[in-house]
Amino acid sequence: MPTRRLSIVLAEDSLLLREGLASILDRAGHDVRDTVGDADTLLAVVRKEPPDLVITDVRMPPGHSDEGLRAAAAIRDELPAIGILVLSQYVADAYLSSLLETTTGGIGYLLKDRVGHVTEFLESLDRVADGGTVVDPEVVRQLLARRRNDGPLAALTPRELEVLALMAEGRVNASIAEQLVVSEAAVRKHVGNIFAKLDLDDGRDRRVSAVLTYLRG
Amino acid sequence: MDDPKTVWAALASPRYLISSWPWRVYGYLLSSVPAGALALGVLIGAAGIGALLSPIFIGIIMMMAFPLIGAGIGWFERWRAGLMLVDGIKSPHAKLPLGLTFRERYKFRRREQASMRALGYSVVYAVFVWPFSALFGGLGVAVLLITLATPFLAETDDVVMWSWKINSISEGLLFTVLFGPLFFAVSSYLLGVIAGAEVELAKAMLGPRQNELQRNLAEIRRSRLDLVDAFETERARIERHLHDGVQQRLVGLTMTLGLAELDLPEGEGRRLVVKAHSEAEAALADLRAAVRGIHPRVLVDHGIEAAVREVADRMPLPVVLSLSVPRLPPPIEAAAYFVVSEALSNVAKHAQATTCEVTGWIDRDQLVINVRDDGIGGATLGGGTGLTGLVTRLDALGGTLDVDSPPGGPTRLRMECPCRLGD
Repeated sequence: MPTRRLSIVLAEDSLLLREGLASILDRAGHDVRDTVGDADTLLAVVRKEPPDLVITDVRMPPGHSDEGLRAAAAIRDELPAIGILVLSQYVADAYLSSLLETTTGGIGYLLKDRVGHVTEFLESLDRVADGGTVVDPEVVRQLLARRRNDGPLAALTPRELEVLALMAEGRVNASIAEQLVVSEAAVRKHVGNIFAKLDLDDGRDRRVSAVLTYLRG
Repeated sequence: MDDPKTVWAALASPRYLISSWPWRVYGYLLSSVPAGALALGVLIGAAGIGALLSPIFIGIIMMMAFPLIGAGIGWFERWRAGLMLVDGIKSPHAKLPLGLTFRERYKFRRREQASMRALGYSVVYAVFVWPFSALFGGLGVAVLLITLATPFLAETDDVVMWSWKINSISEGLLFTVLFGPLFFAVSSYLLGVIAGAEVELAKAMLGPRQNELQRNLAEIRRSRLDLVDAFETERARIERHLHDGVQQRLVGLTMTLGLAELDLPEGEGRRLVVKAHSEAEAALADLRAAVRGIHPRVLVDHGIEAAVREVADRMPLPVVLSLSVPRLPPPIEAAAYFVVSEALSNVAKHAQATTCEVTGWIDRDQLVINVRDDGIGGATLGGGTGLTGLVTRLDALGGTLDVDSPPGGPTRLRMECPCRLGD
């Protein structure tokens, strides 16, 4: 069950999914303040009264290309405090990159199938609202598959990359330890090494920074 | 040895007399006689009717129909020329634009220069050519027939050849055997030259001019482009339908199943719902892969570079990408994407390569993409790969695809395609 009651604006052009999402959020005790079907209305509604969180589809009218993403970028620009969760039908990380260009956390990118895993979906929602970063495991897997030979990540060991990938999915240390079948202390050590190797400044949440570094590749 | 394609090549061949060519020549010259007579009749008849009726409106229409009569005769003569030219004569007429009324079609054909040329040919043919054919063809055939018939003629009457008086069957047979082949050879060569000259005239007047050839090429190019375009539109429609319809419904289903899982108590019922949920998710994953194969959304939204990157990410071997290509017209982007995607999947399936490299750039007005691997080579375009269809597609866009893949590797695939459509 959610840690707190969030006010949420939902942007999704398919009536079927809008209803489904709204009912999931309702049952979890969140306040679905508005449901909209296109990007312009989304922006108008958010500007009028900023919610805690925006959930938006990538592809929306009128152009059915990436209106949702552009709206998300605009919201991030004007109202950086609002958490944004983008739901996509595609694994494509080209969409993710454009989302990450300006952001410092409070962002999520999930495949729509993930919503069906209701408990996990609601946890992701909380994390994004708290300024964390959540990326769909499928997308993370694809990012991991890309061989990187340069950039800050070259210094990491395969194990550290694995840990980082799980961090990107939004997992906490206990969950990472469970997944990798190691002790939580070992995970803490890996995380410490990652922070050191990536040379992250302490000004903001290092966990989020590390994940963003990872995702930007 | 290739069979000769024209009578000139056939005449030059030592096997002329034992080939089918002499018979083609006789056929052409002899069929020219009734056809020419008929053409003359039609032209004189039409001219006569035209002259008779000229004071009246209908006579003028008759006169205006002459180019069409010429075109009709031209059509028949092109068909008959197939006897002498293995490749035939291509039609110089333009393809009729779609959706014309009968009147408009009539006008279109009448005004064509090719129709006037055909009329010119018809007159020359009807007045001069066919009597010539009749004279020589008839002479040749008559001499041959008499030679063949000599044994029978000699039975009833004396046949005198120069100083040789043939008056028995055996003498007639001797004559036939001695002179038949000689006369056949002489007439075959002589008539071959005459028929060759006639068919050259037909080709010159009834065949397409350079500009007409180019126009026909442009027509073919355009209709193929239309096809590619229609194909692209249809792909986009199917993708849209799957995405907006089927995929959404499946997502909705997983949501409902997810909620049901929460409500159900531990037990068989819940286990089944969880199973249904994971099956629905597998169906979604399959559908996503299918949609990507039909028309990847990322290609439309972000262009060739991002789309190729996605493909490369799914590859089981490392792919080095260096593409610097701007946004291009959709059919070109799609063709390039499917070429790279097919090439990469071939590399993964057959090449046993350890690395692969995709490079792409714009060279003047040309999109160039290279896909290289360090595998075992031996790849061919015709080898049942999906690339064959893509060659057709590229061809319609004016592009090319080359595969250089010696046994032992490496394999290099190079695609080139003009970046602007419709030039």
